[in-house]
Amino acid sequence: MDKYVCVLCGYVYDPEAGDPDEGIEPGTKFEDIPEDWCCPVCGAGKEDFEIEE
Amino acid sequence: MRPVEIAKGIYSVGVRDWNIRDFHGYATDQGTTYNAFLIVDEKIALIDTVKNKKQFTQQLIDNIATIIDPKKIDLVVSNHTEMDHSGGLPHIMHYIGENKPIYCSKMGKKNLAKHFSRSWNYHAVKNGEELSLGKKTLAFLETRMIHWPDSMFTLAKEDGVLFSSDGFGQHYAGYELFDDQVSEKIMYEAKKYFANILMLYAPRIKKLIKGVTDLGLEIKMICPDHGIIWRKNPAKIINAYNAWCDQTPIRKALVVYDTMWESTERMAEAIADGLIDENVITKLMHVRTCHRSDVITEMLDTRAVLMGSPTLNNQMFPTLMDNITYIKGLKPINKIAAAFGSYGWSGEAVKFINKEFEAMKFEIVDSGIRVQYVPTPDDLKKCFQLGVKVGKLVKES
Ligand SMILES: Cc1cc2nc3c(=O)[nH]c(=O)nc-3n(C[C@H](O)[C@H](O)[C@H](O)COP(=O)(O)O)c2cc1C
Ligand SMILES: [Fe+2]
Ligand SMILES: [Fe+2]
Ligand SMILES: [Zn+2]
Repeated sequence: MDKYVCVLCGYVYDPEAGDPDEGIEPGTKFEDIPEDWCCPVCGAGKEDFEIEE
Repeated sequence: MRPVEIAKGIYSVGVRDWNIRDFHGYATDQGTTYNAFLIVDEKIALIDTVKNKKQFTQQLIDNIATIIDPKKIDLVVSNHTEMDHSGGLPHIMHYIGENKPIYCSKMGKKNLAKHFSRSWNYHAVKNGEELSLGKKTLAFLETRMIHWPDSMFTLAKEDGVLFSSDGFGQHYAGYELFDDQVSEKIMYEAKKYFANILMLYAPRIKKLIKGVTDLGLEIKMICPDHGIIWRKNPAKIINAYNAWCDQTPIRKALVVYDTMWESTERMAEAIADGLIDENVITKLMHVRTCHRSDVITEMLDTRAVLMGSPTLNNQMFPTLMDNITYIKGLKPINKIAAAFGSYGWSGEAVKFINKEFEAMKFEIVDSGIRVQYVPTPDDLKKCFQLGVKVGKLVKES
């Protein structure tokens, strides 16, 4: 599962950890996160994320 | 600052900080202002709350009191969480009533809660959301990461007045309030502000400006939270921002250096002579004399960057690294570069500067010049030649 990085603030979404505060279970692929989810650090939308190299 | 009605029912009620010279590490040679705005309609709104210093927050309340009883304020808009604009919240909320609503972005709500322990009545607004004050309507525009996650603009729609928070601001405290009252020197302060605070977000700013332009909103006046208000010609600052975002270099070279016993300085001057010989705009900056916030301002439109450092305990001189750390974070683009420096026995500085150039994606156009101890006339000729070589490249691009 790919990690995704927020190009605005550098936050990394790690699918293993998910984002439990926003109801994203650990183990959720980035692709499977609802479209209205946003970066917990800066509020950027999913479109502002890129696969981490 | 006595309040001034800048449009019908809209008042500038902020404060001047004439003597601040160090604003979070940014040299504010002209001081600054913390602007705030009061909109008097069926509902009364206060936009931003100045810096967290009693003298300023009290002055804000006193300013408002010359217009209306501050307790009559119905709501506060917080465009940006940073303490120079939200710092007055505790004082203001205590005065007007702790349960009054505070309108902010979603991230504003999160971030305000991390600055202030009181649980205020936050209203997190969505991008484009509107709020009617009676005859006037406020529209909120998210500007995430320009320059904080919480940043937003507020537009008084019918009046075409944009409250742009840090955007389009300048650290400048003067007797003037509007663009048509100040000289052209205000553009240097606006450019310096852009270079120091916003340059790294240039691609987003470009997009934002395009987005707002495409919406076809009529913006008659831009009110930033620092410095003067753009009322005569708001397009001027918008066009300047577009140009600064592109960072299109001019025919210019910047020589930045430090020196202990003047050897590196003599090299810097010889390089500058070579550049000047090629008719390139040349600027020499000694980093213990010039402030890093002025160095980055010169960096914005320069094509070439020449950095010089003596070697100190097997390292480059620490003040150079100070500047590099600062420059790296602000992400200037379109640069060609070369390093130079005098040394005694090991001479690592040039190598380390080149490494930093690579990290900043500057194009290294010469492996650099190292001189042992004091430069000979021959060494200085080589430096002059480096200046000529870089000068020619500047002219080519
Ligand atoms: C111009 C500017 C840029 C900032 N950049 C970042 C950043 O890139 N990442 C971050 O985590 N915080 C950033 N911050 C936020 C500060 O680190 C934060 O406000 C911190 O609480 C300040 O600590 P201090 O009160 O000790 O100065 C920035 C703040 C300013 C004023
Ligand atoms: Fe700010
Ligand atoms: Fe500010
Ligand atoms: Zn983010």
